[in-house]
Amino acid sequence: MRSWMPFEWIAALRFLGEGRMQTAFIIVGASIGVAVVVFMSAILTGMQANIIRRSLLSQPHIMIQPAEEVARPLRDLKGEAAIVQKRTQRLISIDQWQRHMEIIRAIPGVDVVTPTVSGAAFALRGDANRSVTLTGIEPGEYSRIVPLPDKVVAGTWRLTTTDVLIGTELALDLGAAVGDKMRIATPNGTSLTLIISGIFDLGNKGVNERQVYVLLRTAQDLLNLVGGASNLNVTVKDIWAAEDISQKINAAVGLEADSWIRTNSQLFLALNAQTISNTSLRIAVAACVALGIASVLVVSVVQKSREIGILRAMGASRRQVMNVFLIQGGIVGLVGSFFGTSIAAACLHMWMSLLKNPDGTPLFLLTWDPGLAVWAAVLATLTGVGAAVTPARRAARLDPVVAIRG
Amino acid sequence: MLEGVCKSYPGAGGAEVEVLHGIDFVLGQGEFVALMGPSGSGKSTLLNLVGLLDRPSAGRIRVAGNETTTLDEAGLTRLRGRSIGFVFQYHYLVPAFTAIENVMMPMLLARGRPDAPMRERAAKLLEQVGLTAWSDSKVNLLSGGQQQRVAIARALAMNPALILADEPTGNLDTKSADSVFNVMREANRSQGTAVFFVTHNPQLAARCDRIVELVDGLIVARER
Repeated sequence: MRSWMPFEWIAALRFLGEGRMQTAFIIVGASIGVAVVVFMSAILTGMQANIIRRSLLSQPHIMIQPAEEVARPLRDLKGEAAIVQKRTQRLISIDQWQRHMEIIRAIPGVDVVTPTVSGAAFALRGDANRSVTLTGIEPGEYSRIVPLPDKVVAGTWRLTTTDVLIGTELALDLGAAVGDKMRIATPNGTSLTLIISGIFDLGNKGVNERQVYVLLRTAQDLLNLVGGASNLNVTVKDIWAAEDISQKINAAVGLEADSWIRTNSQLFLALNAQTISNTSLRIAVAACVALGIASVLVVSVVQKSREIGILRAMGASRRQVMNVFLIQGGIVGLVGSFFGTSIAAACLHMWMSLLKNPDGTPLFLLTWDPGLAVWAAVLATLTGVGAAVTPARRAARLDPVVAIRG
Repeated sequence: MLEGVCKSYPGAGGAEVEVLHGIDFVLGQGEFVALMGPSGSGKSTLLNLVGLLDRPSAGRIRVAGNETTTLDEAGLTRLRGRSIGFVFQYHYLVPAFTAIENVMMPMLLARGRPDAPMRERAAKLLEQVGLTAWSDSKVNLLSGGQQQRVAIARALAMNPALILADEPTGNLDTKSADSVFNVMREANRSQGTAVFFVTHNPQLAARCDRIVELVDGLIVARER
């Protein structure tokens, strides 16, 4: 008997030790439940992180555009003077974009802000021509938003006024290689011959087919937007805060700011639905574990009713008796969480080593969060204690006379 | 001290069945009293009431100078733990604990955590009942007589004013019964603990200070 341990803990441990087989079974049950919950949580978190990472690989978290141009109806005393036609949207620059950039940078949670000029163009080489999206960037800052240097599969990550970076699909369509020349022509009649300095693969066929990167100044010249910026691109520290921050930006500078959550609303809804279904499943598993613990403890109360009666006769309070069973539930949950987390970690390790992409990399990257183990321990212990409430109350309510008589 | 104690239980058809009918009885300090009577006469019911495990339907019970009628559940539990020791017919030790731990149990329940003086007291009590060699043994490895002696040591642990023994020798052979009785008599003499001893054995009853006979819920004889 350890001198630092209160009576309730000593009795709880002895009772658990006494019914070894019963205790072992319920701990195995709790361990499997915890393992399922932890494994599913890790897989879901990893899968969602992977989907989001892939989706955000070629786009900023928040895109800021100039306010939409609207036609102003002419009015006379009788009402509208003419049929108002919706105005076409020209490529225009964000007014005072440098000042806005400074304001946006100061908003808490904002990581990187960089301007781009983006518009439609034609990529021409010999007989081949393709319509493309021409994007002018500041390479240093932009690479912090889209990791282009890591995605260059041929040539180098270099952009001077005469360089252009194109995607793998466009390179195939144009029959172009690194070092080749190609012409970029815009609808306003401007064109420029550039040298392909690198070919990138952003993992998306559409992007690789249509996206062309040049220096910001080159794009400004080509799109007739000298000194301007058609977009401001923002990344934030917490991707889930993107929508809140976009609203703050809108309030601060009065520009249209779209977060990735809004522009990928279907993806976001799908992820949310996945989270809800997973949470429901986890709750069902936890309920099964709780019922398992409760049923074993109810049996234990019946088996030990005479001992409980004796303890009550010797001066044990109802609270002390109740605590003995609550502690047993908590111990089963805690020990179950330890084994369950270990089983889940082993399964995750197997998952990572067995399921791989054709190139040998893991199917998707799973990161082991120690916080998950702590949460599993806390929740499993609370589940165990919660499951023990009914048996514990039953034990505490036992009439010692009836219990002793058996 | 019992004064006009009655006890009724709900019977078939909702009618109350009275088991004890106005018991008046005083157990003096340091007295060793035998309670005899046929089965169903109300001996165990009386013991449960004196042991504060149950409440009377009518009447008053005073234990160690404390009026118990007004005490709530927690107060009864405290008084029971402090002032009364129990020895049951089937010894009823807690099998998850060793002999010495069983003896320590009432002290552990009262103080919350084990300590060295508690262990010393338990060891001394086991020595008194001749079980020092068995102190660290699991109780289910002991014989019936040995288990009953552990139960007596446990009953004495809190140095109670009163020990209630419900046929403690009923399941033992003559030699073990004699040994158990002697241990209780010795504790009664050396520590001045009052003992209320339920027995069917007239030889053992004859060795008590007094014999009280209960028949059909009434005390019918008091012999000295």
